[in-house]
Amino acid sequence: MAQKFYSKDHEWVEIGQDGLATIGITDHAQTALGDIVFVELPEPGRSVAKGEACAVVESVKAASDIYAPLTGTIAETNPAIVEDPALVNKDADAAWFFKMRLADATAFAELMDKAAYDAFLETLS
Amino acid sequence: MKTPLDHLHRELGARMVPFAGYEMPLQYEGILAEHNACRTGAALFDVSHMGQAQITDAKAFEALVPGDILGLKPGRQRYTLLINEAGGIIDDLMVANLGNHYQLVLNAGRKDADIAHIAAHGIAVAQKFDRALLALQGPKAAAILPEAATQKFMDAGEIAVAGIPCIITRSGYTGEDGFEIGCAPEHAETLAKILLQRGATPAGLGARDSLRLEAGLPLYGNDIDETTNPIAANLTWAISKRRKTDWDFLGAGPVRDMLENGAAEKLVGIRLTGRAPARAGAKIQRDGEIVGRITSGVFGPTVNGPVALGYVRADYSDDNTPLDMIVREKPLAGFVAPTPFVPHHYAR
Repeated sequence: MAQKFYSKDHEWVEIGQDGLATIGITDHAQTALGDIVFVELPEPGRSVAKGEACAVVESVKAASDIYAPLTGTIAETNPAIVEDPALVNKDADAAWFFKMRLADATAFAELMDKAAYDAFLETLS
Repeated sequence: MKTPLDHLHRELGARMVPFAGYEMPLQYEGILAEHNACRTGAALFDVSHMGQAQITDAKAFEALVPGDILGLKPGRQRYTLLINEAGGIIDDLMVANLGNHYQLVLNAGRKDADIAHIAAHGIAVAQKFDRALLALQGPKAAAILPEAATQKFMDAGEIAVAGIPCIITRSGYTGEDGFEIGCAPEHAETLAKILLQRGATPAGLGARDSLRLEAGLPLYGNDIDETTNPIAANLTWAISKRRKTDWDFLGAGPVRDMLENGAAEKLVGIRLTGRAPARAGAKIQRDGEIVGRITSGVFGPTVNGPVALGYVRADYSDDNTPLDMIVREKPLAGFVAPTPFVPHHYAR
């Protein structure tokens, strides 16, 4: 199984064998957002810098930006969560948002592993 | 500040948020589930942050509001407005005739200003801000509260529930049938637990907002404020017939002027054609020109789409007028729509 990494913006990043990074939001993030009713995803081909707002999720009450966890190019987006945004609440670890080709294939080393992310969550509570 | 139900909220796992100086439950299980519970069953909201107060001199009080208070029969409640000299809305409130006195229910963020305003006009007003207020809302509300089931919409009375003395009105802020139940703070938790045991679902401010917006009800501080003339806010119906003949309330001049000469902009319902909501603050555009602003916007769970209230130039306020809402610097297509977005289900 491919390893997952985590950003401080509560995104997960999975590096696949094809070299693409798959990005979603963590269970902590979906809980904090509440019932998600709308998802807007970036256009494939768009270049995004680390930290750049590139997707939007709307709950009943509020809109939140989703940031690119690393620099690269959007390769693919997940139409299933646009069709049924509640999938993100049901299983945030499976409901991916987009795939990126990273500008620097080793950049994921800047992110946290599961243990570090769990420790980071502890500091927030 | 905390309401008398603070302990219960935490026990029920509520996510607490600051609101109008109080720590209030935003949600328990989730806004969608709580919203749907209210539309299909019964939801219980803590609205103890709202201010309860008492007056006795209806004649003097009429000088401050456009509603017919002298004509309000014992056991009946009415929605009215406190209006300032310039015709702006100081607050919107409920007034109930309980026989030996009138009960006022004031918005949390306005209750201190309201009391000061009423007292400044020499009217004796007793604030009862320590009292609890619960809202039981939904099609199953009357089955859960049989003690008050003979009431009709906007009836008000003193009724005991399981031996607890309550002031109950058949009213609410969701568009559904239901009750608002006031009681002494020391009885609030017992009363809430009884209503939950009888089948009500605890619901927070998140669902309260999506429900009231689908019901087309304005929220003070968002959709109306001290600069809002009631005519512009589509609240002409709150000016009682006799008051519209006599025009003898504070601020009557500017209100009458706008009624007779028309409002430059009007509060309207707005629907969007896509799935993305336009929130408060979004600009409204028509043919590239800014013609208004959204004052409340939400994804309506029952409508299953975004709904909003906003002010638009009067010439663009007719139903079905196409408008663009500017969200994240992009225009989202929508149109002026009649309110309520979800039909009211009052027990008339």
